Amino acid sequence: MTISVNTSVKVGITVNGEETTADVEPRLLLVHYLRDVLGLKATNVGCDTTSCGACTVLVDGESVKSCTVLAVQADGQSVTTMEGLSPNSTELHPMAAAFRAEHGLQCGFCTPGMVMAAVSLLEENPTPTEREVREGLEGNLCRCTGYHNIVRAVLSASGQNPDAVQTTSVDADADQSPAGGVESAPGFSTGSGA
Amino acid sequence: MSIMGTRVVRTEDPVFLSRGATYTDDLTDERLNGALHLTLVRSPLAHARITAVDVEAAREAPGVVAVFTGADVDLAPALLFAGANPGMVRPWLATDKVRFVGEPVAAVLTEQVYQGQDAADLVEVDYDPLPAVVDPRAALADEVLLFEEVGTNLAGGFGHDKEFDEHLFDDCDVVVTRDIVNQRLAASPLETRAAAAVWGDDGRVTLWASTQNPQSARDEIAGWLGIDAALIHLIAPDVGGGFGAKIGADPEFALVVWLAKAVGRPVRWAETRSENLTGMLQGRAQLQTITIGGNRDGDVLAYRLDILADAGAYPRLGVFLPFFTRQMAPGVYDIPKVESRARTVVTTTTSTGAYRGAGRPEATAAIERAMDLFAAEIGKDPAEVRKRNVVPPDAFPFETKGGAVYDSGEYAKAIDRVLEGAGYAELRAEQAARRERGDVVQLGIGVSAYVEITGGGAFSEDASVEVHADGTVTVLTGTSPHGQGHATAWSMLASEHLGIPIEKITVKHGDTDLIPRGSGTMGSRSLQTGGVAVHQAAGELVELAKRRAADVLEASVDDLEVAEGAVTVKGTDTSVTLAQLAEKEQLKVDTVFDSGAPTFPFGAHVAVVEVDIESGKAVVDRIVTLDDAGPIVNPLLAEGQRHGGIAQGISQALLEEVVYDSEGNPLTATFADYAFPSAAELPSFTLLDMATPTNLNPLGAKGIGEAGTIGATPAVQSAVIDAVSYLGVRHIDMPTSPLRVWEAINAARVESGAGSDSSEGAQQ
Amino acid sequence: MIPVAFSYARPDSVDGALALLAEHGEDATILAGGHSLLPVMKLRLGAPEVVIDIGRLPELRYIRVQGDEVAIGAGTRHRDLEASDVLGSDVPLLAAVARTVGDPQVRHRGTIGGSLAHADPASDLPAAVLALDATIVLRSPRGERQVPATGFYTGMFSSVKEPDELIVEIRVPRTGSAGWAYEKFTRRANDWAIVGVAVVDGRVGLVNMGASPLRASATEAALADGASIDEAAALADQGTDPQTDVSATAEYRRHLARLLTRRALTTAAG
Repeated sequence: MTISVNTSVKVGITVNGEETTADVEPRLLLVHYLRDVLGLKATNVGCDTTSCGACTVLVDGESVKSCTVLAVQADGQSVTTMEGLSPNSTELHPMAAAFRAEHGLQCGFCTPGMVMAAVSLLEENPTPTEREVREGLEGNLCRCTGYHNIVRAVLSASGQNPDAVQTTSVDADADQSPAGGVESAPGFSTGSGA
Repeated sequence: MSIMGTRVVRTEDPVFLSRGATYTDDLTDERLNGALHLTLVRSPLAHARITAVDVEAAREAPGVVAVFTGADVDLAPALLFAGANPGMVRPWLATDKVRFVGEPVAAVLTEQVYQGQDAADLVEVDYDPLPAVVDPRAALADEVLLFEEVGTNLAGGFGHDKEFDEHLFDDCDVVVTRDIVNQRLAASPLETRAAAAVWGDDGRVTLWASTQNPQSARDEIAGWLGIDAALIHLIAPDVGGGFGAKIGADPEFALVVWLAKAVGRPVRWAETRSENLTGMLQGRAQLQTITIGGNRDGDVLAYRLDILADAGAYPRLGVFLPFFTRQMAPGVYDIPKVESRARTVVTTTTSTGAYRGAGRPEATAAIERAMDLFAAEIGKDPAEVRKRNVVPPDAFPFETKGGAVYDSGEYAKAIDRVLEGAGYAELRAEQAARRERGDVVQLGIGVSAYVEITGGGAFSEDASVEVHADGTVTVLTGTSPHGQGHATAWSMLASEHLGIPIEKITVKHGDTDLIPRGSGTMGSRSLQTGGVAVHQAAGELVELAKRRAADVLEASVDDLEVAEGAVTVKGTDTSVTLAQLAEKEQLKVDTVFDSGAPTFPFGAHVAVVEVDIESGKAVVDRIVTLDDAGPIVNPLLAEGQRHGGIAQGISQALLEEVVYDSEGNPLTATFADYAFPSAAELPSFTLLDMATPTNLNPLGAKGIGEAGTIGATPAVQSAVIDAVSYLGVRHIDMPTSPLRVWEAINAARVESGAGSDSSEGAQQ
Repeated sequence: MIPVAFSYARPDSVDGALALLAEHGEDATILAGGHSLLPVMKLRLGAPEVVIDIGRLPELRYIRVQGDEVAIGAGTRHRDLEASDVLGSDVPLLAAVARTVGDPQVRHRGTIGGSLAHADPASDLPAAVLALDATIVLRSPRGERQVPATGFYTGMFSSVKEPDELIVEIRVPRTGSAGWAYEKFTRRANDWAIVGVAVVDGRVGLVNMGASPLRASATEAALADGASIDEAAALADQGTDPQTDVSATAEYRRHLARLLTRRALTTAAG
């Protein structure tokens, strides 16, 4: 058996439904394949540490941070970017439309990644609670909106009425308590007795 | 029906949500074809002499076109802020010394962006380390100097050349004093800094840059490069957030222009986040000493604020911002005696400048902390003490002891409404019940009241409105947004006058050839200057159209009205459309609006936090805010500004801090380390509305961009302290991290026997 | 930021990967999900010459019951663990701990084998497999060996795994109805744990309390001797050597270890 070790690799990736191929350096990050090889500039880079999620795209339907995936790792797979969601600016995908209706974006830089993360979230959890939306988007940072309207947009896109689901009262969201009973942090204390 | 005050969704969004916005690093402009990519070699040391720079290996690396060091740049080091100590100049690339981690030392230009870091890693710089000076108090001692030839680290100051009044507190029964920290923050717009430049055959340079005010940036860069500003065509494409840190130009922008000239090719630069968290201007960074005095009835009689601000290594706007802090020192309160001073020093850290609020949050945080300490000392409810001391509604315009003239306000009403909205009495009862039960999770309630200054410094703005023969409208504005939604709001303002739907209105901004004058978007100024200018221009265009139509329709101007894009003779169906008028002769108005003075929006916030007293962790459970910025053009946009501001306020109070170790190494230079919050750390927000107009502009509008931050920060800090106050805690510096809360509880428990925690309180 | 250039290979079998590892030795590194490796390479804190991608090998991605154990392929992703019905019923601690790793995007890519091999003391899964008394199966051209999780870690980012070895499987005892809990203390949801405590069936694994993940053996011994939860939890920081950093002092970490152990034991006791 011989396995080749290569300094240049040919990749074939289906992006937004179209076959793409290129010879690339193995170190080429998927986000740069999308932006610089294919010219799809919606997907942004906001950090160096897999923290901000601005580069989130779908690989085979699941959200990933394309700054932490090599293009060659996506060889043979299917990638969806925000450009692939809506056919054009007048026919917005339901998630994108919800972001507009709820004013879930301001400067727009986090938006492509946020929208893709939200699409993936609803794929796994079609009717999330507000808390589940917040934790489901924990890997995507936004500096402009305070997330309030992003959460509304995702709830709305899930077919729920944000006014009914979003909780702003001290009593209604006991699950956010820093130590509800013996818990110590929202979402991060689990156990058989919890 | 009027479009004003309605929740119009943004005209910007369809593109932003389909193919995405176009930020500087996204540009595909053909003038940038073949552009070289700039990678900067940055100092890993906070303070050192440079003894050698060897770029030979880098020059040989694949794709390298040129490598420059400080010795290659024929530009004089620049004083980056005119008000600073004039000797504190910054070289374009460091030559003799470096003064902060991240200072550019060499510039590498490569064909491909991936080649840049490979080559930069080959640049060898020999450093002879010098002691760092990170703490502003240490800098003040002038033992380690950043600029030896200047002889001091003092970069500037206000009111610091005279002694404090030793009798300021003579009338007071109770005086409380405390050293507090308004910690350094990183603005952290999601888009880092970026620029691209190309020189044309006409001797002019086109520069694309991520900036909040292109016209000022153009002028700054021209000054630094020693060229005529008319030679620079600066374009701000879509800008991915700024929050004050993208006001004007950064030295890197000028370097990009210089390098493009030097190599005769276009040059592009987009920094990494790690570079951004050491290179971009940081905010706040004030050490404050607050002293407040009054009587046991709850009247505040005197207040003193002593500010030591940190300019970072090379003075920028951070030198000036304590001016605003002093001006707004008394907050919403009518305090008979107020005095303050500010000193700003250089340290071996990243330079400081504006960050959402820019000098005013520091004032509010100080006075609100002082009010809490005073209320605690006299054993009265902090909300009641606030209401007792606010400026009454009949006192406006009110000249404060800080030297500001507040235009209008209803401070007590704002406090009452937010207390009612939050259910303050019920919250206090719940708090008492939890204390009684000895719950692990205690409730804290924080109340803040604030007034801030918006549109300060630049009161004038240009606008142009033109109706075209095809019925579309072009609006030109000097305010250049970065997420605020000006395209939508300015369209609404024009549509209201012209009766032309916003879909037919295009708002242009951020291009200095198209719009040579403008002061940009900062200090919550846009609506009350640029927006009002559009309102005024559209109104003037209506009058112009009527005069022209009077001839066409053979009617008196007084008999004409403009609606639905047409001039009509009242009571008839005789009309001419604005488009038809434009067909005959250009139908365009250029105007300037000058408010002549800033406005003073205000409000009150109630924050409810839960604190796990065993671990020290605090979580904001609820925040209720009333932010009064006068009449609102588009509530959807105004609420968005409030939400973002509140989140940043909560985050300063609980999470964020730029930290350096004693050697000046940044410990928070990535988003993995800098505690930028996600949706999971924040609650949803409850907003209450009130609209007290100003008489300084025809819309009655004040600024809303920074209010949320200014109000939320002290409310949340106060709530955390309030949660554990029953254990004897009086103060916890921000961010009120679990570690700090836990340590404060421990210290209070240790000291509670002696009651020494309150010993700082009664000094007289 | 971008990694230093490297050569790349994607073998189509574990044997192929092992052959490449043997050939390139310490110059090579294994890429699975890449969510520990690529961040290190992007910051240029690591620069392997050869990257061997095993992230797509179906033979490494499975969760199946084998007698008293659940066998998990090293290439199984955090999301697979989180969503696994088998783990949900038979090893609920592991599914719950997987759910706290990073964020959804990270969990869609990161693998259990990669996380264990990276040996980050602040990582969640190592403490869970310690508390579970799991077995780590290592394979090399020399054959296969089984190492108890308690004997796997040797220090900061280091383990007994030899350079030519690959983690191929993790075998986890089925704990069924035994009480369990995971207490992860963070400032932000997707931060690394300041301290984490995994408890199952009276065993306690600690996250970020020293150079390696470790068991709270003094607590376990006290429990075995019949001590109360409070008494046992008070010993949780014995034998640890926690760091001081931006988030926490060593003293605070010790406090958290005791506090979170008490809470986790209380939860597990139901």
